[in-house]
Amino acid sequence: MDSKLERSMNKELKSAKEVVSFNKRKFRFSDWFAEKVIKTVAFLSIAVVILIFIFVFREAFPIFKMDKNEAVSTELLVQESYGGAETANEPVKTTDTQVDNSNKVQTTGEKPSSTLFSKTWMPVSDNPRYGIWPLFLGTLKVTIISLLFAAPISILAAIYTAMFAKPRIREVIKPVIELLAGFPSVVIGFFALMVMATVFQSIFGYASRLNAFVGGIAMGLAAIPIIYTLTEDALTAVPRTYTEASLGLGASRRQTAFYVVLPAAVPGIFAAVVLGIGRIFGETMIALMATGNAAMISINPFDSVRTLSATIGAEMAEVVFGDTHYSVLFLIGSLLFIFTFALNALAEFYFRNLVIRRYQSKK
Amino acid sequence: MDDIKVKINDLTLHYGTNPALKNINMEIPEKMVTAFIGPSGCGKSTFLRTLNRMNDLIDNVKIDGEVIIDGLNIYNKDIDVVNLRKKVGMIFQKSNPFAKSVYDNVAFGPRINGISQRNKLDEIVEYSLKQAAIWDEVKGRLHNSALSLSGGQQQRLCIARTLAVNPDIILMDEPASALDPISTSKIEELIHELKQQYTIIIVTHNMQQAARTSDFTAFFYLGELVEFNKTEVMFSNPAKRQTEDYISGRFG
Repeated sequence: MDSKLERSMNKELKSAKEVVSFNKRKFRFSDWFAEKVIKTVAFLSIAVVILIFIFVFREAFPIFKMDKNEAVSTELLVQESYGGAETANEPVKTTDTQVDNSNKVQTTGEKPSSTLFSKTWMPVSDNPRYGIWPLFLGTLKVTIISLLFAAPISILAAIYTAMFAKPRIREVIKPVIELLAGFPSVVIGFFALMVMATVFQSIFGYASRLNAFVGGIAMGLAAIPIIYTLTEDALTAVPRTYTEASLGLGASRRQTAFYVVLPAAVPGIFAAVVLGIGRIFGETMIALMATGNAAMISINPFDSVRTLSATIGAEMAEVVFGDTHYSVLFLIGSLLFIFTFALNALAEFYFRNLVIRRYQSKK
Repeated sequence: MDDIKVKINDLTLHYGTNPALKNINMEIPEKMVTAFIGPSGCGKSTFLRTLNRMNDLIDNVKIDGEVIIDGLNIYNKDIDVVNLRKKVGMIFQKSNPFAKSVYDNVAFGPRINGISQRNKLDEIVEYSLKQAAIWDEVKGRLHNSALSLSGGQQQRLCIARTLAVNPDIILMDEPASALDPISTSKIEELIHELKQQYTIIIVTHNMQQAARTSDFTAFFYLGELVEFNKTEVMFSNPAKRQTEDYISGRFG
């Protein structure tokens, strides 16, 4: 029985041997096809990102070119080509008054782009001003509040699960926090709007119910899973030999965590925080629902703010196509794009490389 | 004959349900070099790590029996593991200096013990590096990264780092297995020097190294201590057949 099997196997092997020859390259269609498909998809996704980028910039570009008259003329042009729409009528009226104003009052005869750095954001007034400073500073304020809330919590949580928690506890905590990343931001926003705003108001007793503080904390909730997960990864990536060396020298767990593992993971933790900033910076729904959306410049964390992304979210639907306001919104979009892109690039290329170099220099 | 530093009574260790060490009894003499030899997977490294409770870091390890150091069972409930590891230092197979300067590596131990005066630290660092026979090579670059040193220097730096916390016992887990012959001989000389002051336990795969450096040798096989005796006796006239086969290279 056994020998029979052996014989038949030998036979098979022999016949296989005869077939396999490598003197000529064989065309394998399925391999070729799969490779091409994957390649096409990869390049397509890159192309889509680049095209979006180009589109956003193109739409934002006119703001730098047009002076007052040109702006009006483009608006008129738009009115002509899209005149059928009901909504187009109203803004045309405002542009008329604009023209009137510029004739009467000298100071308003400035280019729309020159109001970009003014301190007021009043895009639909008779005398529109597109100052993005309050939006930018508001975003910055919310981001800082959010980060001050989210970064310490998530980093400490990561330290706990990576270094102190028993495996069974880690297996519960880690997925639960990561689950929070999949939470729709509108749900967090709703919770902030209905619950957190009221609770915080009763605690701190501030005037406006929705403000930078409430929004910041809510956006922090959205950023925690990102910062936590990446920090945890950075901490567990620290070679085990470091931990062993430290414990072997009679350091306690706490000393090992804070004097050995944490310093070694610092670049990774920075990357985590930077990506968290990117998330907060671009967060729209929570900002829209919980920050109060008042474009004002103030240092008080309990004042309402309007963030860059929330502005786009709130106003893009009602803007006239091709209008100055429209271009400014796209300019804001480009700004957000550039910021998040820069932050992600910084995290990805600089900090990650720093981590890799650090461990590889060890022969 | 000699003073006993470590006494092991009926030590059994399980990884989950797998027994890795079975009923080990031995007495390790003070200020001597004791070598553990045996084929890979025989439990000698695991055994070494039970002596400073390094196995605590691994989940699912169950240890029965006693390890008595200076009259105290280190598996007693109220033993302070942190201080135990200060008394029982460890050198690992792969040199593992921190990504810090040479100075900070050696000063790490004293610093976590609360020594912060600069001149005191300087003194300890210099003394430890001299003891580890690396002072002359690094004295000019104490503040360079420890990772810029060669592999052999890194390992001696790790020894200096361990010496800086002033242990009684030094455990070495194949300290020279990743090093070239010259660095290896330096480490061996160093072991010879250090045994004046410290009790040294070394795990090695290298039979000649065990013969050259140790006073006592223990042969492990499949989690059991097969034979333990003076090194001369072990290598010239082993009592067990298995030991003889292993030492003469017939298996393992």
